[in-house]
Amino acid sequence: MRKYVPKDNVQAKSYYTDRYWVAPRVPREAVEEGTHFGAVVDAMKAFAKESYIEVGQLVIHIDAKENFEAIKTLKEQCGYTQCSEQSAVDYLAQDGEFELFYQFLNVNEAKRVRIVCRIKQGEAIESIVPLFNSANFAEREMFDMFGIKVNNHPFLKRIIMPDDWEGHPLLKTYPLHGDEFASWYEVDKIFGKEYRDIIGPENRDPARIDRYDTKRFSRVGYEVSFGEDITEGEKEQPIEYSETILVDYNKKSGKQLNERR
Amino acid sequence: MQQPNKLTPFFENLNFERDDNTMVINFGPQHPSAHGQLRLVLELDGEQVVKAYPDIGYLHRGIEKMAENMTYNEFLPTTDRLDYIAATSNNYAYALAVEKLLGIEAPRRAQVIRTMLLEINRVISHLFFIATHALDVGAMSVFLYAFREREFGMDLMEDYCGARLTHSAVRIGGVPLDLPEGFIENMIAWCDKVDHEVKNTYEALLTENRIWKMRLEDVGVISAEDALNWGCTGPMLRGSNVKYDIRKEEPYELYGELDFDIPVSDRCDSYGRYRLYMEEIYQSTRILRQLVPMYKESSPELMAHAPQYISAPKEEIMTQNYALMQHFVLVTQGMRPPKGEVYVPTESPKGELGFYIKSEGEPYAYRLKCRAPSFFHTGLLQDILVGTYIADVVTIIGSTNIVFGEVDR
Repeated sequence: MRKYVPKDNVQAKSYYTDRYWVAPRVPREAVEEGTHFGAVVDAMKAFAKESYIEVGQLVIHIDAKENFEAIKTLKEQCGYTQCSEQSAVDYLAQDGEFELFYQFLNVNEAKRVRIVCRIKQGEAIESIVPLFNSANFAEREMFDMFGIKVNNHPFLKRIIMPDDWEGHPLLKTYPLHGDEFASWYEVDKIFGKEYRDIIGPENRDPARIDRYDTKRFSRVGYEVSFGEDITEGEKEQPIEYSETILVDYNKKSGKQLNERR
Repeated sequence: MQQPNKLTPFFENLNFERDDNTMVINFGPQHPSAHGQLRLVLELDGEQVVKAYPDIGYLHRGIEKMAENMTYNEFLPTTDRLDYIAATSNNYAYALAVEKLLGIEAPRRAQVIRTMLLEINRVISHLFFIATHALDVGAMSVFLYAFREREFGMDLMEDYCGARLTHSAVRIGGVPLDLPEGFIENMIAWCDKVDHEVKNTYEALLTENRIWKMRLEDVGVISAEDALNWGCTGPMLRGSNVKYDIRKEEPYELYGELDFDIPVSDRCDSYGRYRLYMEEIYQSTRILRQLVPMYKESSPELMAHAPQYISAPKEEIMTQNYALMQHFVLVTQGMRPPKGEVYVPTESPKGELGFYIKSEGEPYAYRLKCRAPSFFHTGLLQDILVGTYIADVVTIIGSTNIVFGEVDR
């Protein structure tokens, strides 16, 4: 029987996991009153669903619908003036959701806050470009890599992959080596789809090495052309050396030189 | 609307309005001063840029995707290919993020060596910056001189780890090797040489150079507010009069114990950033000199002791059965960090290099996001290039010091 391979997550998996092993969790600390993070949590009280400190940074879970308002509060009331990073994590296989995170920096306090929210597959998120220009590229990258639509983004377009690409590479359903579309992309683009059969998988990638083709490995003196029958053994093909004869040009030109002299 | 042809692709989503007098030109991706693979579509009115559209992705290798399909130790050499000018800073940023996730700390000597390597890489990267920046602007000789010192710096890296460009000189939990014999002396000699050359050659050639000043002064001006808003970090942020250096503000490794200054420029232009880079080279050599006594005082452990995550030293593996078993499991299956997420920023030569790692307790990272400084500095180009002249475009790109390995990842 063929081994079952889950289709919703085709990334590499551990080949063996102890069935009684339970992964521990990075400790989460509660936010203390009176600290800077305590003040942030107070200011964000209207939005925060859950907040804790993980590895020295405050993490606030919010509702995805309120992301713009929450981040505006964070920027204007708490002094988080830089959005360092914004991206998503694919949890479609487990929960049918994406987890989005926004990473912020307060330059004066040297503190960092991460805003986390979840959206369902197919839902869009509000852009925070009016607040942070750095989110412009970050949200475009998220759209490119996960296919998450961002409402009111000034220029939502693929950024890293080509504009006519199909599929979103960082989804867990997208294989590491690319899908069918990816493997034919250059052939389709340059020659057209109808050339797929003519070119064939063996020629679409010039760097491709057919690991089962044992015939055409370079064995000096025993080269075989493709498809040739070698059941009787390979024909010996003598190495052809260059037959250039050395010409003593100096001697020839010596005459001319003498004439000139 | 153009008719797209199979062999002549067209600019998707870009409208060429020919009724006004603007011209659209394509800068890169093969332009020599495009710093790798930047394609910049510029709309020009005469010589003035009306609209700039940076198009990236020509060096995309899917490093974040690869991270999800590799164990934590397997991925480390891949980080070399992010900012390939200063590879150790990437190795280190990744290793530190994983260490924070595991909750382990490298031993003292490993910390000293790591800080040394980071600062050597910073000097190498800054020398590369001044070389290519000067070359872009037209000062060829600085390029040749700066590359000479950079070569000596890469010789130091080669002495340590055997590689000149893709170092992989840091491991999760420490460093693989102790410093080779004579490294410290060579490093100090190199520091003296770099200090001397920066002072007497590069700065002498450039700082008061009339052409250099004309090309750089008041070119690529970024206000402090814009710099923060566009996600500028590192010299781009400090060049805009925001005194923020992660080494100082959120100290990691030994930076809390070291004595160094954070140079800031209030000029907010390319010239200010150039002065900043030069000053940072002095500060880096200053740090390197302070590290020498720290190295001599430290005890010789190089890797953290965390048997669950990190293989025991070679002698133990070869002599003790249990260490060998653990080593076997770690090599064949990979370490399994606890569940959780971590974002660790470090100050790479280009700016804030941070790794966000989401772990689900598997040997493969569930999600790894590399926050590359150059990515955001490229995004900034669409703003600061508008209104400048075509001759300044190259200066501004050079001044942002972007490296496409980490822009496209």
